[in-house]
Amino acid sequence: MRGFAKWRQSDTALGLTLVSPTFIYAILLLAAPIALVVALSFWTQDYLTLIRTPTLENYREAWGELIYQTLMLRSLKLSIFVTFFTIMLAFPVAYYVSFYVNPKRKPFWIFMITIPFWTSYLMRIFLWKVILGYNGVINGSLMGLGIIESPIREIAYSQNAVIITLAHAWVPFAILTIFVALEKIDRSLLEAAEDLGDGPFRRFIRITLPLAMPGVIAATVIVFIPTIGDYVTPRLVGGPNGLMISNMIELQFKKANNAPLGAALALSAMFLVTLISLVFVWLNRKYLTGQGR
Amino acid sequence: MKSSLWLKTYIVVFMVFLYAPAILLPVFAFNNSSIVSFPLKGFTTDWFIVLAETEALHTSAKNSLMIAVVSAVLATFFGTLAARASARYNFKGRKPIMGFIMVPMVLPEIIIGVSLLVVILQLGLDLSLWTIVLGHTLICIPFCVAILNSAFLALDNSLEEASFDLGQTKLNTFWLVTLPLVMPGIVSSLLISFTISLDEFIIAFFLAGTEPTLPVYIWGQLRFPQKLPSLMALGTILLVLSIVLLIIADYFRRRSARKTGANTSGGFI
Repeated sequence: MRGFAKWRQSDTALGLTLVSPTFIYAILLLAAPIALVVALSFWTQDYLTLIRTPTLENYREAWGELIYQTLMLRSLKLSIFVTFFTIMLAFPVAYYVSFYVNPKRKPFWIFMITIPFWTSYLMRIFLWKVILGYNGVINGSLMGLGIIESPIREIAYSQNAVIITLAHAWVPFAILTIFVALEKIDRSLLEAAEDLGDGPFRRFIRITLPLAMPGVIAATVIVFIPTIGDYVTPRLVGGPNGLMISNMIELQFKKANNAPLGAALALSAMFLVTLISLVFVWLNRKYLTGQGR
Repeated sequence: MKSSLWLKTYIVVFMVFLYAPAILLPVFAFNNSSIVSFPLKGFTTDWFIVLAETEALHTSAKNSLMIAVVSAVLATFFGTLAARASARYNFKGRKPIMGFIMVPMVLPEIIIGVSLLVVILQLGLDLSLWTIVLGHTLICIPFCVAILNSAFLALDNSLEEASFDLGQTKLNTFWLVTLPLVMPGIVSSLLISFTISLDEFIIAFFLAGTEPTLPVYIWGQLRFPQKLPSLMALGTILLVLSIVLLIIADYFRRRSARKTGANTSGGFI
């Protein structure tokens, strides 16, 4: 009994007690529902009745049918492009704020960068439709000025429009993540590199970039995983060839009334993005430890 | 520095890109034309009057406000418990448990929406505003934990110990010492969750029954071209509202950091 009384005062007991309501909430509303979706993906649905005999039929369909393969590959391709452009856009900004901005002004800059992220999600995407559309701000102005005669089709209602809109949506997240990593870099290492004769370019490649890589990797994962699940952007700006897997998932759950197939598609998409992220992180770790140290 | 000039030019171009939608929103909201496109036709406040007269909009706005307030309070409550536990106690399994609580931050919202929908339908429950509250609380918790974690980490343990030494009970110490010190963090966490919930679309889209939230209502209206200018006006109001809320949240977050002596750089996340 005394052992128990002592244990009750330990960090583990106090910490677990305090964290348990939140943890239980997350288990009930996150782990349990996802477990049910996993189960559902092995069932089948006959009109409104669920048949609970385990089968791989949904996965066979999700991985075998051409339309799902096309949508899945396109979603992965678009997510990879979005992630790449987001990081490319974000890095110089994070670098500028971390290395060039007066430390006192940094919170203000970070605040200014995060504001667009918090403004109405639907309106933000819709405005990209207004900017990029056939009669949109860009095409309209260029035609008005007589620079082009017909709208630039590449930016309106296309996969490119999806990439631009999603990169815009995720770039503040990426900037913050990379900024945090850059802030941690010990500035005396840069001075040391300079003293030892490295020019600005070599110093950047050999010191700054490797030290910033953990931030870049974190940003890549943070952008890549949720991007595959975006539903609104492809619907609003994607046009007929810009639809992604989430639009199909929604269709299966709602209009097509085939929740088990929807579940299999959703889980397959999550499986693929997680796999790609893990491979990416692993490659970077291998490459970084192999080169630097 | 030549390279710095290149960088500065890029930053200016980037900021234009970043703010383009936010700047166009009020431009079209006050534009006297029923088509959302250039060239502009002149100034009007008609679209705001249309908003004042749309009954369905008011109902959905009330639904959203209710959901946002309840979700913010619940998420901040759960977030406070988790952040306090993580900052104060070094318990077994802290990392995996905290990692699990943070998962909704990186999980696509469609996965959360779909999985909650499946559970609710399997349990035979009806979709209502409360089912949205459950989902919103879940996605807000990680943001609350992130904000409150830094508030609790910055807290000086010796202040609480002093209170114990002076004969205060645990509960009294929490009310009189700990809570006032982390209060700005709590306010900031409430405001951030409120903003996230008010704007969240996908989960609400899956879990909304017959009563729409504001974003679900907006989504339904986006199909009708004649509704677009008034939606721009609505977007402008929401934009101003979230900027005001964020400025207040940021003020409290910095005050919290200053009170506990931490440095004030870094953003919300």
